[in-house]
Amino acid sequence: MLRRTVALQGKWSTSFGAPVGFPPVTATLIWILVALVAIGLYLSWTAGRLDRLHARIDAARAALDAQLLRRASVAQELATSGVLDPAASIVLYEAAHAARQAEEEQREVAESELSQALRAVFAESQQVEVVREAPGGEEAARELTEAVRRVPMARRFHNDAVRAARALRRHRKVRLFRLAGHAPFPMAFEMDDEPPMALVDRAA
Amino acid sequence: MRIGIVCPYSWDVPGGVQFHIRDLAEYFIRLGHEVSVLAPADDDTPLPPYVVSAGRAVPVPYNGSVARLNFGFLSAARVRRWLHDGRFDVVHIHEPASPSLGLLTCWAAQGPMVATFHTSNPRSKAMIAAYSILQAALEKISARIAVSEYARRTLVEHLGGDAVVIPNGVDVDFFAKAEPNPEWQGDTIGFIGRIDEPRKGLPVLMRALPKILAARPQTRLLVAGRGDEEEAVESLPAELRSRVEFLGMISDEDKARLLRSIDLYVAPNTGGESFGIILVEAMSAGAPVLASDLDAFAQVLDRGAAGELFTNEDADALAETAVRLLEDPARRAELRERGSVHVRRFDWSTVGADILSVYETVTAGAAAVAADERAGGGGAGGLRARLGLARD
Repeated sequence: MLRRTVALQGKWSTSFGAPVGFPPVTATLIWILVALVAIGLYLSWTAGRLDRLHARIDAARAALDAQLLRRASVAQELATSGVLDPAASIVLYEAAHAARQAEEEQREVAESELSQALRAVFAESQQVEVVREAPGGEEAARELTEAVRRVPMARRFHNDAVRAARALRRHRKVRLFRLAGHAPFPMAFEMDDEPPMALVDRAA
Repeated sequence: MRIGIVCPYSWDVPGGVQFHIRDLAEYFIRLGHEVSVLAPADDDTPLPPYVVSAGRAVPVPYNGSVARLNFGFLSAARVRRWLHDGRFDVVHIHEPASPSLGLLTCWAAQGPMVATFHTSNPRSKAMIAAYSILQAALEKISARIAVSEYARRTLVEHLGGDAVVIPNGVDVDFFAKAEPNPEWQGDTIGFIGRIDEPRKGLPVLMRALPKILAARPQTRLLVAGRGDEEEAVESLPAELRSRVEFLGMISDEDKARLLRSIDLYVAPNTGGESFGIILVEAMSAGAPVLASDLDAFAQVLDRGAAGELFTNEDADALAETAVRLLEDPARRAELRERGSVHVRRFDWSTVGADILSVYETVTAGAAAVAADERAGGGGAGGLRARLGLARD
């Protein structure tokens, strides 16, 4: 970019010295302008791509938050319903409560601990049966199954968007022209989201 | 929910992806969703009411064979009109990386987009050359689905990123409730697939057949599928040729009845499979399955727990296992039992619900699908949007 400007000035000064050379200079000028416009359009298109990726990350993050919150809510409802034994209830309530209240930096750890608690409580398919037999339990079991299946989905979609945005942001043109503006560098959401086998194994 | 599905291959040519899309669309319509499928089709082919034609696909050489693809200005215009008229909540694109309608839709749309990757092709030269263009289009996809763990691995290696695995669906009850045909019963082995396509593996089975017949002379092989029958039995000794019966192309109903009738289904495919829907169909019908140990097949058969595997392209291993299974009714009963439990996870009720979960995850909090003005093709409108002068 800078070098081109220098070349431009050089042409100008020579052309003022020799007015005969005016027509070729106009042609060169037009070409330079065309090139600049093309580069501008390309950069604007790249900025648009980046903007769209950031929007996709925001949407994916919102979806992930919604699924995590849903999972924690169902877990907490189950823990306070009295269907589970007292020990399991306490473990599950503790983990669900911590996941809902966690600060942003603690979120991944808290949600992973909720996954572990869910796996411990629903390790046996009999436990799931007990929940299903309780009044309103069928509904609760279905909601929890849905939630533990959707959390890994939403997380995968989120991290996929993050990866695409990071790949583009690491590119030279994006860094050089600061096309990303002030948007923070996107971070993947890392957690243990392995669902309890007894809930998702529908072949059984 | 308003769902738009994009099929990359001609609707009038039968194929795995087309059947998958047909069943998926009909499943969603039964649940009360509004579905529109955009597919290449000749203008005079009769289409179901939910299919919109994107024009005729053009045969062009691509990736080592002649593929029928849709591209160019007219197709792009039809895609844009379909997107505009449909006002979809979510668009589901199949095979977005093939240079056809899928890629055009990626390019032309914005909003919640889901894509399913069916094939697990080795990376082609064209894909490497077009990588950056492809990436710009594919990065609009909000959720990727791979049909098997194997397809997912190829996707991750070739394009980066990640995908959730949701298998192809099968209407399990359609196969489980089919009426067996007495003509096809009694010491029969079944094979379904193109006869003249070597990757479907019929030549391997033909090499194994003399050994199977030596141990069990009463066995019959029933072959259903298109192709030259004379050529297929050429390698067999003349006196054994009568033990092979060709049924030609058969209807879905006959396919289900065939799978219900046979004592053993053999899938000797040598490669190019990313899923293996036929194995699921055979298990649904309660046929014991013997398949080559391709990655995709091993996964569908639960690493050999729901069906037997033999070393790929090894005719002797195939013959040995087939004879052992035919002589062991108890083992076959066990495989039937395990198979019919195992296939429940491939039933549309499970698979469809999973795909719907994906739709709901990506549409939560997102705007509906619209034509992307920035993608060009909009002429002056596109330029106005780019310069921030568009009114809405």
